[in-house]
Amino acid sequence: MKTDDPQYVSILSMNDQGPAPEAAIVRDIIKHGSIVAPILIGLSALFWGVNGAWSSAYGVALVLGNFAVAAWMVSYTARISYALMMGATLFGYIFRLAVIAAAVFFVRNATWVELVPLCMTIVISHVGLLFWEMRYISLSLAFPGLKPKHVASPTVQDSTSN
Amino acid sequence: MEALTRIAHASIRVAAELTPAEAKANAAAQMAGLAYGLAAIGPGIGIGMIFGKAIEAMARQPESAGMVRTTMFLGVAFTEALALIGFVAFILLKFA
Repeated sequence: MKTDDPQYVSILSMNDQGPAPEAAIVRDIIKHGSIVAPILIGLSALFWGVNGAWSSAYGVALVLGNFAVAAWMVSYTARISYALMMGATLFGYIFRLAVIAAAVFFVRNATWVELVPLCMTIVISHVGLLFWEMRYISLSLAFPGLKPKHVASPTVQDSTSN
Repeated sequence: MEALTRIAHASIRVAAELTPAEAKANAAAQMAGLAYGLAAIGPGIGIGMIFGKAIEAMARQPESAGMVRTTMFLGVAFTEALALIGFVAFILLKFA
């Protein structure tokens, strides 16, 4: 679309060269995931045995990988153009869903796979990790002044407060 | 219309030749596929709306892009959870 307005900026050329918040979110989610994974794997092992534990570990890996790929796609395409980001996310959604479906289909008959713990782990870890992350993000968005600041040493803090 | 009638007659003929167990498995497979398809449509529309609004917000206020992208990413991930639940329901109905 052409326009005579000198202020006009096309959405095709708009991009974001700043730091990618998605990468920070996913790093945090993976950190939380490494805390939650042993609990989920342990519970699955308790109810479904060793196969349940393997299935649960596979489910957690799928979820964390899915988050990582989604964040990489958004942050990479946002540096090029917002329009590309939109396209990449919509097609990326189909692509990632297809990859998860394929990843479950290909192993469904494997001897080490129990479908119930695998599916339960996928849903619980995906939603649970998101809720955990949302708590921090909503707090920092609502109260930006409460964000923890880096303090070099107690001595420095004492000297500045006085 | 004639083609549709022919297809309907053929399906009825096939269904009549199936044993009850085969017919049940057939119906389960169809319903599971339908559930997965329906579960993927809603999140697709939702993600499109989230991204559309986020891009609109970023175009209006580029300085708030970081905050918008943070909430957008979480919103998209939550919307995707619906599709994952649909997929899990499909897998459990079909194979478990």
